[in-house]
Amino acid sequence: MEFLGGKFLQVFIALAVFAALIGLIMLIVDRAPKSVKDKVTIVGFLAPAAILMLVGLVYPAVQTSFLAFTNASGQPNGLDNFVWMFTQPEALVTLRNTVIWTILVPLLSTGFGLAYAVFIDKARGERALKALVFMPMAISFVGAGIIWKLVYDYRGPSIEQTGVINAVRVALGMDPKQFLLDAPENTIFLIIVMVWIQTGFAMVILSAAIKGVPMELVEAARLDGANPWQQFRNVTIPGIRGALVVVLTTITIATLKVFDIVRTMTAGNYETSVVANEMYTQAFRAGEPGRGAALALVLFLLVLPIVVYNARVLRQQREIR
Amino acid sequence: MKNRKYLLPIAATGALALALTGCSSGGGGGEATNVDCAPFESYGKHEGKTVSVYSTIVDIEATNLEKAFAPFEQCTGATIKYEGSKEFETQIGVRAKAGNAPDIAIFPQPGLMADQAKAGNLKPAPKAVSDLVDKNWSADWKKYGTVDGVFYTAPMLANVKGYVWYAPKTFKDKGWAVPKTWDEMLTLSTKIAGEGTMKPWCAGFESGEATGWPGTDWVEDVVLRAQGPEVYDQWVSHQIPFNDPKIVDAMNKTGEILLNDKFVNGGFGDVRSILSTGFAQAGQPVLDGQCAMHHQANFQAANWPEGTVVAPDGDVWAFMTPPIDAGKGQAITGGGEMVGAYKDTPEVQAFQAYLASADFANNRVKLGGVISANKGLDPANAQTELDKQSIALLQDPKTVFRFDGSDLMPGAVGSNSFWKGIVAWINGTPAQQVADSVESSWPKG
Amino acid sequence: MTVMPAPDEAANQSGTGTRPAKGRPVSPEDSAPIMRRVKTKLTSRWATAAAVIIATIWTVPTFGLLVSSFRPAAKQVGPRSDGWWNFFTDWDFTFKNYVDVTAAAGSQSANLSQYFANSVAIVIPVTVFVLVLASMAAYIFAWGNFKGREAAFIFVFALQIIPLQMALIPLLSLFTQVLQIPPGSYAQLWIAHTMFGLPLGIFLLHNFISEIPGEVIEAAKVDGAGHTTIFWRIILPLSVPALASLAIFQFLWVWNDLLVALVFSGGTADVAPITQRLAEISGTRGSRDYLNPAAAFVSIIAPLAVFFGLQRYFVRGLLAGGLKG
Repeated sequence: MEFLGGKFLQVFIALAVFAALIGLIMLIVDRAPKSVKDKVTIVGFLAPAAILMLVGLVYPAVQTSFLAFTNASGQPNGLDNFVWMFTQPEALVTLRNTVIWTILVPLLSTGFGLAYAVFIDKARGERALKALVFMPMAISFVGAGIIWKLVYDYRGPSIEQTGVINAVRVALGMDPKQFLLDAPENTIFLIIVMVWIQTGFAMVILSAAIKGVPMELVEAARLDGANPWQQFRNVTIPGIRGALVVVLTTITIATLKVFDIVRTMTAGNYETSVVANEMYTQAFRAGEPGRGAALALVLFLLVLPIVVYNARVLRQQREIR
Repeated sequence: MKNRKYLLPIAATGALALALTGCSSGGGGGEATNVDCAPFESYGKHEGKTVSVYSTIVDIEATNLEKAFAPFEQCTGATIKYEGSKEFETQIGVRAKAGNAPDIAIFPQPGLMADQAKAGNLKPAPKAVSDLVDKNWSADWKKYGTVDGVFYTAPMLANVKGYVWYAPKTFKDKGWAVPKTWDEMLTLSTKIAGEGTMKPWCAGFESGEATGWPGTDWVEDVVLRAQGPEVYDQWVSHQIPFNDPKIVDAMNKTGEILLNDKFVNGGFGDVRSILSTGFAQAGQPVLDGQCAMHHQANFQAANWPEGTVVAPDGDVWAFMTPPIDAGKGQAITGGGEMVGAYKDTPEVQAFQAYLASADFANNRVKLGGVISANKGLDPANAQTELDKQSIALLQDPKTVFRFDGSDLMPGAVGSNSFWKGIVAWINGTPAQQVADSVESSWPKG
Repeated sequence: MTVMPAPDEAANQSGTGTRPAKGRPVSPEDSAPIMRRVKTKLTSRWATAAAVIIATIWTVPTFGLLVSSFRPAAKQVGPRSDGWWNFFTDWDFTFKNYVDVTAAAGSQSANLSQYFANSVAIVIPVTVFVLVLASMAAYIFAWGNFKGREAAFIFVFALQIIPLQMALIPLLSLFTQVLQIPPGSYAQLWIAHTMFGLPLGIFLLHNFISEIPGEVIEAAKVDGAGHTTIFWRIILPLSVPALASLAIFQFLWVWNDLLVALVFSGGTADVAPITQRLAEISGTRGSRDYLNPAAAFVSIIAPLAVFFGLQRYFVRGLLAGGLKG
């Protein structure tokens, strides 16, 4: 195991350097003259994250924006990429699917995650119960792909089924179904996979938030004669409103960006493609980075309403405070 | 507090790592001890130099590849740093663009290589390599490494597509004969379907994001055999459109088998089940007597379950997809890897030369599982009957060899719309409509 | 401790008269007896039934994979394969898949442990970096006072949408050409992952930190505590549940990442994480894809261990009182 030494020495050095940097920032902030202390604090606390994000995200985003107006060999081509995007035969289907994904996934994941978090709160074996729903998050995409293949798998009617659902269908006397091939419901079957994964995220965050709701308030409501539903509706929900917005928003953005599920399960065939999958395919498979970048810009536009909504929520929060 | 928080995962993973390995030691690699370094003198000495190599080849195949590199390392003193990834096709562009290209990339698709050459990333092959290729390969192969008149990449290993796998015992028991022409093959299919014990064909095109590629091989085989190499070349280089009637005809001809519910898909279901069957498993009904024939390249040999005997009198064997027009002679499709260099330092060029040499071909083929079209390859080094037969086909000067067409087409077609077109076609879209849509995706200019 | 009130005092000063919180993470046992009794009354039978149903639906698919990972190749793939549930009638059980995954000769290393160690070496610093930097930034976005704070925060939030794939090429050239960080080193992976993790980290923590009662912070200020003291002594201890959630997810994302690793790790056993090795385990043309279920379960162990390990920080009552409704 001699290789472990070298690897963890690197880790140790990295952590030490990082601790030293943070220590230095804290020292500077602490020692700053009173007159500029607030400013120094803001700069000191924000600068490391800001620099990293400017370099790692803003700069590439700006580059991508330019890329969207170039062709495969990097020559400017005006709006050609956007024209292509909206004139290709499946453009509308892709857009429609993306909208269905971004509506259903956040609502269903958050709904199931919240329900589960509430139901098992303080239950015996809560940790183990949570782990069951958390597990899909922890499993790799490769694993998730195989898992759902084992669920949706299809064999001809006269042959023994290997997929769970088709086995049940046959046992009930129905014909087996090609779940991933039959449009338009196949999009729903792909969405189920994403919901299955994201529910764990919603559940963990919301469970933490529920634990932040003062027990006394719930108890008081109970003493006032509120039934469990009313307690939940009038005490718990308002108490975790912030977390709910965060979860819904995060899952929405993750859904807009997700392409692995579509890519590995149908490769965007059978009218199941979404914008993020087209982006990946064009930029990396088809060698058309310009088209990929143009699609990335469309994704950015799609997320704008969510950004605006969050800005409003933020302002409301501030006003209350 | 911080420390405590991270102690647990560290401890847990550390313990697991220990448990997983039961204690590991350095080991691995360099077992070649007595290498005759005489043939390597021409490559010079490159003590302390490193050549990084990037390719699609992983796992066992990668281990064998590294073993074949070992004599070069030992004799020249250079170190070969090998990296294989299944995501090579998407990653090589990323790395090259970011200025972090490997010294040598082994391309499975000439089309991808041409993109890199046109972008000015690849270095032209040195004269020594070019001479070796003239000596060891046919002119066709050299053409695949040439872009706009400049020769960039020497071929490395090869594969032969278009084999039809069958179980000799089944054929013998049922009294079926291996077909000599396409028409005989169709007659046999009808006969098998009529007997009703099994379907004549099984197929599987599912391959994750590359779903559909085994179907492109089918169509290419038919285009080459029905229309001849000239039309094939025109089709691949877009001198005739993708939706040319000749191509649509070839698709329809392929469809006589693939779109016929009586002929497919033994062991799995109907025509559409081709799309949900993984290509690596699709041949197995042949072994189980659930289907008679399966169309797949020579590398299918590795996809049979452990212990399957691949031989003319074994569990499975293969015949070449027969000619459609007997007058057009024996024509086969196949694939192979192209070795391209992003640097022109002496050690990189020496390694390029080694990979193009007969020594490398012999060293690698000896380890089994692969073949090469290198004429200097001694067929006796092939590890299986099938490999011997494939090498003979590749080395036979009368064989008309054409590279897998989808690998030669631009990425937007060959790695995207052609695959998707095949999927739509199997799923019920008419051939004409599919060909039209692939044609419209062909990059302009 | 002389200049600032202990957080529990501060909580009391907030005047809601609630259970005092402690500045240290408390184990759930501490917050126990009263609540446990409350709970038994609140949990209805229907809720339990619904929870069981959800848990079952969520677990059955994964369970199928687990069962498959113990089945021989021929039962898993191809025409002789059958549904994983047949395992319970034919009992054809094998450890071979796990042996092959963990010990069989791979392309670049004899076994999996090197890659496992790499994953650990990549994920731990990244998680620490993201947690510390994101909480610092989130604190300023929540409690700092400067012009354009909201706009800046919204901007950071919007950065989440930037697709990773689009950032890879500019970053790789920056790292290797400008910053001269050697390719195929942990450093590239640490920095890249930290960059990509920050927007979501800041967004998650901001929500939590901004809900800490203002009175707590005001009280500390009155007592002369500076920003650094407030941040380390009040904000961080009070945010433990949020930090634990973020730690879990950050760990998970980096652990399961393949894309970033493909670009920055160089692919050798020196640096490449376990995902990169497992992605290749089925061979160049997928001839050994029956190993994938076992591979998935080898890889899931670490995230699950972290999940169980950090759960004790999901503590009730740290923020007693003061939550706005």
